[in-house]
Amino acid sequence: MKSANRLEKVLTAGNFAVTAELGPPQNADPKVIKKKSQYFLGNVDGANITDNQTAIVRMSSIAAAAVAISCGVEPVAQMVCRDRNRIAMQSDILGAAALGIRNILCLSGDHQKFGNHPEAANVFDVDSMQLIAMVKKMRDDKQFLSGDPIKEHEPRLFIGAVANPFADPFEFRVIRLAKKIKAGADFIQTQCVFDVDKFARWMELVVKEGLHKKVYILAGLTPVRSAKALHYMKNEVAGMSIPDELIKRMESAEDPREEGIKICLEMIESVKNIDGVSGIHLMPIGWESITPIILERAGLLPRPQV
Amino acid sequence: MIVADRKPLDEILNSIKDYKKIMLMGCGGCVTVCFSGGAKAVELLASQLKMARKKQCKDIEITECAPERQCEYEFIDKFQEELKSVDAVLSTACGVGVQTMSERYPDTMTIPALNTKFMGYPVEQALWEERCAGCGDCVLEWTAGYCPIARCAKRLLNGPCGGSQDGKCEVDEETDCIWQLIYDRLKRLDKLDNLTTIREPKDWQTSTNAGQRKIMFEEAML
Repeated sequence: MKSANRLEKVLTAGNFAVTAELGPPQNADPKVIKKKSQYFLGNVDGANITDNQTAIVRMSSIAAAAVAISCGVEPVAQMVCRDRNRIAMQSDILGAAALGIRNILCLSGDHQKFGNHPEAANVFDVDSMQLIAMVKKMRDDKQFLSGDPIKEHEPRLFIGAVANPFADPFEFRVIRLAKKIKAGADFIQTQCVFDVDKFARWMELVVKEGLHKKVYILAGLTPVRSAKALHYMKNEVAGMSIPDELIKRMESAEDPREEGIKICLEMIESVKNIDGVSGIHLMPIGWESITPIILERAGLLPRPQV
Repeated sequence: MIVADRKPLDEILNSIKDYKKIMLMGCGGCVTVCFSGGAKAVELLASQLKMARKKQCKDIEITECAPERQCEYEFIDKFQEELKSVDAVLSTACGVGVQTMSERYPDTMTIPALNTKFMGYPVEQALWEERCAGCGDCVLEWTAGYCPIARCAKRLLNGPCGGSQDGKCEVDEETDCIWQLIYDRLKRLDKLDNLTTIREPKDWQTSTNAGQRKIMFEEAML
């Protein structure tokens, strides 16, 4: 076992895993995390704590993850390359492990242009690939990036990475996934799947390369409450593929909230049946309360004992 | 070449508000090519400043000049006599020119009239684009001649982020995703293997992180 945590156990036992996103607040109130943790407790195998997502300042992902642990929820602490150099990142990796965090998700990070401090300098001292390799080096080789030894108590972390099957160049996305696996990724969470056909095409290439046997792939899914949300993602967020039929369906729905849930449930069924998919990662942006409802209706509760 | 852009006129006017006799010094190098600091730019800026100061009812005397290059003592020293009689120098050179003047003539204020932007070239008439960030450790050999340090908003070394769409960068839809260009050209050259290797974290000591950089050519030493 790399981390001896729940998520790793669920995946290695061959269960269909469930993770979901928990966004920290734009303030210093731990009660927000505690409240949201109630939606996740016992319902997910890991709760992703985002790291200043879309470059908007929020409570630190590691601090929020520690609060989640105190509520009995297993966090997946996200770490982006935008705001810290290799010294701060390694320091935070040690700190995260010391606080009981066992899962880390390594990402490049949204560019600061999209956040509330577009004037900020970005760091990108290392990129997401190099971050994955750095965590692996700390865990498996018991060494810092510099090669200096971590004499004892190396961070035991289950290493996650992301993949976006909908960004370009499409053919490169599988090569990039293979690189992330080579760098040390244990599991992958994908960008939100709305275009199941394109996701299936990508998964076909992944399976053809045998990559699904080297890493656990969790399909990212986002339930939406309105057609407006889909329009926004289609027009404003790069690297998203949103079929027009889906937008029409949401526009003509009498109860868009219920329709959004239904669509998400259908998506869960679809991705479950795609060869090589090991689980789902729910990202109900600002709508965490829907997570247990969707999981219940999808028949994914109770979670397996491991 | 170094590409620079003129500061807003109001900012320039404000920076010279305390001075009456100005030497407006251009540069015959890069900034002449990008139209921001050569003899013609100097002439234009001088007349704009005179008009603006007239409106403010504040006298100004402007001596215009444009040495071949403002970044070498040999060329700026030609104006040392005139420099004695001015209150300040307004420079339309890049930041290197301004600092050359400041170090050579420490008793005279040299004020920048340009914002120095980047190293690049004119990709078409009147359009310059950045090409090199001077990182000090060139990667172009394996990136198909396209620089991800200067041209990727995240300086990624292992391929495009998830925001690359239709060949464009998520940060600016007018800008090509450099990783798309790298991918396309490596594919054309049958060198996609270059992208399967995991590139190690870059040694930024050769860049601006270790303070001022120096290069010495021993062969050329006197």
